Amino acid sequence: MELLLLFVSAAVVNNFVLTYFLGICPFVGVSRRISASVSMGLAVTFVMAITSAVTWLIYHLILVPFRLEVLEYVSFILVIASLVQLVEMFIKKVSEPLYTTLGLYLPLITTNCAILGLALFAVLREYSFIESLVFGIGAGAGFTLAIVIMAGIREELDLADVPKPFRGAAITMIVACCLALAFMGFAGLISV
Amino acid sequence: MAKKKISLFREFSKGVWEQNPVLIQLLGLCPTLAVTNTAINGVSMGLATTFVLVSSSTIISSIRKLIPHQVRIASYIVIIATFVTVADRFLAGFFPDISKALGPYVPLIVVNCLILGRQEAFASKNTLGRSLLDAIGMGLGFILVLTLLGSVREIFGSGMLFNIQILGDWFHPWMMMILPPGAFLTLGLMIGLRNWFSERRA
Repeated sequence: MELLLLFVSAAVVNNFVLTYFLGICPFVGVSRRISASVSMGLAVTFVMAITSAVTWLIYHLILVPFRLEVLEYVSFILVIASLVQLVEMFIKKVSEPLYTTLGLYLPLITTNCAILGLALFAVLREYSFIESLVFGIGAGAGFTLAIVIMAGIREELDLADVPKPFRGAAITMIVACCLALAFMGFAGLISV
Repeated sequence: MAKKKISLFREFSKGVWEQNPVLIQLLGLCPTLAVTNTAINGVSMGLATTFVLVSSSTIISSIRKLIPHQVRIASYIVIIATFVTVADRFLAGFFPDISKALGPYVPLIVVNCLILGRQEAFASKNTLGRSLLDAIGMGLGFILVLTLLGSVREIFGSGMLFNIQILGDWFHPWMMMILPPGAFLTLGLMIGLRNWFSERRA
C-alpha cells in the first residue's frame, strides 16, 4: 500500500515536470507530436527505472562504506551517461525509425535533470532499494503523462491564432502554467 | 582562420541580450523556473551557475586539444561535476540558509544544459580568452533573467523584494506566483515580451 502511495505521489501529486521543474528541456523540445513524445516518455521512464536501482547500489554499497559521499555527483552522472549510451545503442538496434524520431534528444537524456534529480531525491529522502525503484518508475510515468498531455495540447495549438511574439516557446510556457495549475488539484490527494 | 572574427566585446555582450541563454536559447530552464520564488534565490543560483560555467570553460578551453573527440561529453561532465561539488560545499559551508533553500538544485547545475551547451558549442572550439568572455557574458545574461524572474514573482507573490516589504497592507499576496504555475506564467510572458521588443526594433 505504501509503495502504491509512493508511486501515485511521484507520478501525479509531485509530478517531476510540473512541480519540481525537472526535465523541462525535453518537455519543451519533444512535445510537438504525440507519437514522438510517447517514445521519449518511455525512454526516460526506462532510464529512470534503471538509474534509480543502480545509483542506490552505488551510493549504499560503495560511496557510504568508503566515506566517499563527496563524489556523489560525479559518480551518479557517469552512471547515467553510460546508461543512456546503452539505451541509445539498444534502440538503434531494435527500431531504426524510433531512433531517428528521438534524434538529438536521446543523448540529451544524459543532461535531463529529471534523471539526476531522481537519484538525488532518492538519496535525500533515504529510500530503501524497493522504494527507490518504485519512485523511479512513478517519476517516469509522471513525466510520460505530462509530456503526452502537453503534446496533445500543442497539436491543437497549431491551429490556434496565437499573437506572433508569443508563438513557440512563450505560449508553451503559458500552457505549462495551466497544466501546473491543474496538477495542483492533485495536491490534496495524499500527503507525502 | 576562415571563420569571420567578431569583436571581443560582441563575444561578451551577445549572451546578455541577442543570444540570451534563457530567453532565446531556452537553455537551463529547470533551475530558472525552480528556484526563482524569491529574488535572493534567483541571484544566488545565477552566481553559482556562472561560477561553474566560467571555471569549466576556462579548463575545457585550455585543454581542448587534449580531449579525444569520442569521449568529450563524458570529460566535460566530469569537469563540470567537479566544480559543482566545489560550489555546493562552498554554499553549504558559508551560506547554509541559501544552500538549504536551493536544496537539490545546486547539484543539479551539473546537468544544466546551458553549461554543457556552451562547452560543446563554444569553449571546445575557441581560444581561452574568447571562451572566458563568452562564459562571463552568458553567465551575466543568466543572472539577469533569474534576478528579474525572482523579483517579479516575489513582488506579486508576497509583496516583498529581497525580503523587504515594498507593497503596503492593501496588497493581497498572489499566492500562485510563488507556486510552480507562476514560474511558467512569468517566464512565458518574459519570452513573449523579449520577442515583441526585438520585432519592434527590426
